[in-house]
Amino acid sequence: MRLLVCVLISVALMVVDHRFSLVKDLRSALSVVVYPIQYAVNFPLTASGWMSESFTTRKTLQQELDSLKSTQLLNAARLQKLAALETENQRLRQLLDSSFKIGERVLIAELLAVDLEPFTNQVVINKGSNQGVYDGQPLLDAHGVMGQVTQVGPLTSTVMLITDPNHAIPVAVNRNGLRAIALGTGNPNKLEIPHFPNDANIEVGDLLISTGLGGRFPEGYPVATISQIQQNPGQPFALVIAAPTAKLRQSREVLLVWPQTTNEPTQPSATTAPATADQEAPQ
Amino acid sequence: MTQAIRPRGGFVIIATFVVALLLTILPLPEWMVKFRPEWVALILIYWCMALPQRVGIISGLVLGLLLDTLQGAVLGQHALALVVTAYLTNRVHQQVRVYPMWQQALSVMGLLLLYQLLLLWVNGITGTKSQLWLYWLPTLSSTLLWPWLYLILRDIRRNFGVKG
Repeated sequence: MRLLVCVLISVALMVVDHRFSLVKDLRSALSVVVYPIQYAVNFPLTASGWMSESFTTRKTLQQELDSLKSTQLLNAARLQKLAALETENQRLRQLLDSSFKIGERVLIAELLAVDLEPFTNQVVINKGSNQGVYDGQPLLDAHGVMGQVTQVGPLTSTVMLITDPNHAIPVAVNRNGLRAIALGTGNPNKLEIPHFPNDANIEVGDLLISTGLGGRFPEGYPVATISQIQQNPGQPFALVIAAPTAKLRQSREVLLVWPQTTNEPTQPSATTAPATADQEAPQ
Repeated sequence: MTQAIRPRGGFVIIATFVVALLLTILPLPEWMVKFRPEWVALILIYWCMALPQRVGIISGLVLGLLLDTLQGAVLGQHALALVVTAYLTNRVHQQVRVYPMWQQALSVMGLLLLYQLLLLWVNGITGTKSQLWLYWLPTLSSTLLWPWLYLILRDIRRNFGVKG
């Protein structure tokens, strides 16, 4: 009798969770219950990080500082160039009367070192709805797009990586703007791009960037580089495999992005700007 | 068992389950992940066998929901599998308890295979792909682990005087 009731509860939960996503509240409540467990598993890593930081010698710190300074100098130099390019780009876009998104809000999150089910590509991060994380929010690391938030709890959220078999992301070839969809394969180093015709203008090494189509991911972030193209004359489409640029297995610090969904001209000029454009200063 | 005697050592049972949950999500090297034993199922089977009047279907349901949340699975997937496992273990506990160790391990393997099969079904229905042969490795490692786990948990149980 109790067996029947419990089985029914489980099945009902599964159906409701899978089909209608109605049990979000239960899920986020449970995620608070299991947070101590995740924290405990993560603790040795945090502690060892803290220890090694506390006990490094002055010399090592000095060296690190030096290298950081030189990197900073390099980055600053690049940034100057970028600023010039950005203004030029904006000016050109304004000439074309199109909008350009700039200054997305970001938040740095950290992965909790937990392994989820081995055949799904998911990770847990230490930010939740208390920090304003929302369902479907894109996640980046220093090298590219990592994935999107699928479940939000008050303290933690679960992120589906772009390599999950259930994940797809709209991309474009950076070189010529050819659009495609990149599907996850379950293998953390592989994305599959179906529906590239055999004669499509693609090469191994081409960078795929996010297009922002679909409104979920911000535009223009690197997603993957094409690693293998197999043309099969018998098939209408080539088999194209790409490797994610984000370090899905290594990054611990990740960026949560709030993409700006409204398209607004950044510097409305007298000739082209619509009257209602609200100005947003680039940060 | 009369009502007058209060069950003892509930915290020991809970502690073993917490350890099982910890071990389930503990980061392991890449090659070892595939062999990760089904800790929660194993420990649930043990307690269902040792104290069937205290640990059973309800414990399975609660543990399953926690496990679902921890592993990011469809809510209810592990709950279903653990409920069925707990029920069957409760049914057969009197026979399995007196089996010699290797026979006991085989029975546990049977229970775990069913557990994994239920999970696989749900995976199939919800459209999560898995590599078929690698999928069954945890059952093997769990079965090999059973005799040791059994001895350790029995010692823990006797040491703390956990009774039904």
